[in-house]
Amino acid sequence: MTATVMTADDVRRALTRIAHEILERDKGAADVVLVGIADRGDDLARRLAIEIARIEGVEIPVGVLDITFYRDDIGLRAEAPEVHETRIGFDVSGKVVVLVDDVLYTGRTIRSAMDALMDLGRPRKIQLAVLVDRGHRELPIRADFVGKNVPTGRADDVRVQIEELDGVDAVTVTAGVAA
Amino acid sequence: MNEHLLSMHDLTAEDVVRILDTAESFREVGSRVIKKVPALRGRTVVNFFMENSTRTRISFELAAKRLSADVINFSAGGSSVSKGESLKDTALTLQAMGADAIVIRHSSSGSPLQLTRWVDGHVLNAGDGTHEHPTQALLDLYTMREKLGRLEGLRAAIVGDVMHSRVARSLTFGLVKMGAEVTLVGPPTLIPPDAPAWGAQVSYDIDGLLPKLDVCYVLRVQKERQRLEFFPSVREYARLFGLTSARAATLPEQALIMHPGPMNRGVEIDSDVADKPESVIEEQVTNGIAIRMALLYLLVGGSGDGESA
Repeated sequence: MTATVMTADDVRRALTRIAHEILERDKGAADVVLVGIADRGDDLARRLAIEIARIEGVEIPVGVLDITFYRDDIGLRAEAPEVHETRIGFDVSGKVVVLVDDVLYTGRTIRSAMDALMDLGRPRKIQLAVLVDRGHRELPIRADFVGKNVPTGRADDVRVQIEELDGVDAVTVTAGVAA
Repeated sequence: MNEHLLSMHDLTAEDVVRILDTAESFREVGSRVIKKVPALRGRTVVNFFMENSTRTRISFELAAKRLSADVINFSAGGSSVSKGESLKDTALTLQAMGADAIVIRHSSSGSPLQLTRWVDGHVLNAGDGTHEHPTQALLDLYTMREKLGRLEGLRAAIVGDVMHSRVARSLTFGLVKMGAEVTLVGPPTLIPPDAPAWGAQVSYDIDGLLPKLDVCYVLRVQKERQRLEFFPSVREYARLFGLTSARAATLPEQALIMHPGPMNRGVEIDSDVADKPESVIEEQVTNGIAIRMALLYLLVGGSGDGESA
């Protein structure tokens, strides 16, 4: 059984609200940079940048981060995880880096992303924005900006679809059979 | 992908594309201030070099270190091998030390394959006798794809001592696999009789070929072979097959000049040809590190028995 938990309009409104929250929390857009985690996080980061430009009239830098080499399960899988591109065309040192991802789940991806960022420089602050927080954390990590909290079972499949990649904006949850 | 990399025949065209794409990401890592990622932290890579090699060993060593693996260098001089230890006993020692990957360079063709029978780690062939040198071929394919935008349909010539060249064998197999046209050029004594079975053309006339090429790949003249009378003299070779300035001028404008190193300037390639902008010999070295990082990552990083990614 698949339920739609966010429609295209819900996604748009959530991103608009997060953009406002980032500006409010960080008192404007000075020194704020967005770093999306590939893939989908980077598309969400670009959209947040557009929202922030619309609200505040400021263009903020957007980068893409691939966390594959920082994963904690390399060598545990039968196939090495697929590698995406990292493209951060600015220095993160001294910046307020807002990491952007689609789904927050165990927190392991975010742990990897923070390690990867630290190797690129020394940000003044790292914050986390996610479209969906589905719970079941395995590390002491929380998001600063959340589109929607979605209570799920571990076996459920949460799917975020993004227009840039999937042709449509939507978040769906397919109930899984508990193992 | 296969568990080991012994030959270009171990790879499908899709594997080659995956390796080149992964290397692309490692090139980006190589451009950072901190050129190191923790992907293979706690893993051990052994460089087992039973034949002299500086650039390949250094390239593998740097690749493993940039992946945060622990690296052990083990070479012929000064090791138990010089005291007469057999390959098998050396292999069993490496096995007992728990090597996750063994990079082997050996003067005997087939020794990497033999090694896979004795050790559990992933074996990477860094050149065995006159058999193969697949990591060199992959870095050459990477360089060609980067510079020319494609591999399919490329016209490449491999010039020189094809007979004794593991680089020529691996590169021909790789290029043919990726849909390129390969012509092997050299004195008849140095073109192997089974070359047509590799899927390559054979030519003894370099001058007729040059204006039609996308890639001119020059092999090192192994001067030590000259004593064996495969060709009358080094000077005659340079005159008939050397890539002189006059010859290089007949190449199409975008064509690449490549050489696996080390070069004999003035023999197979003129010094000013090697230094031309069309010559990508130094890029080949930089790309070699990224390719070897990609291979170590894909082989060692995928050795678990968990779900596939």
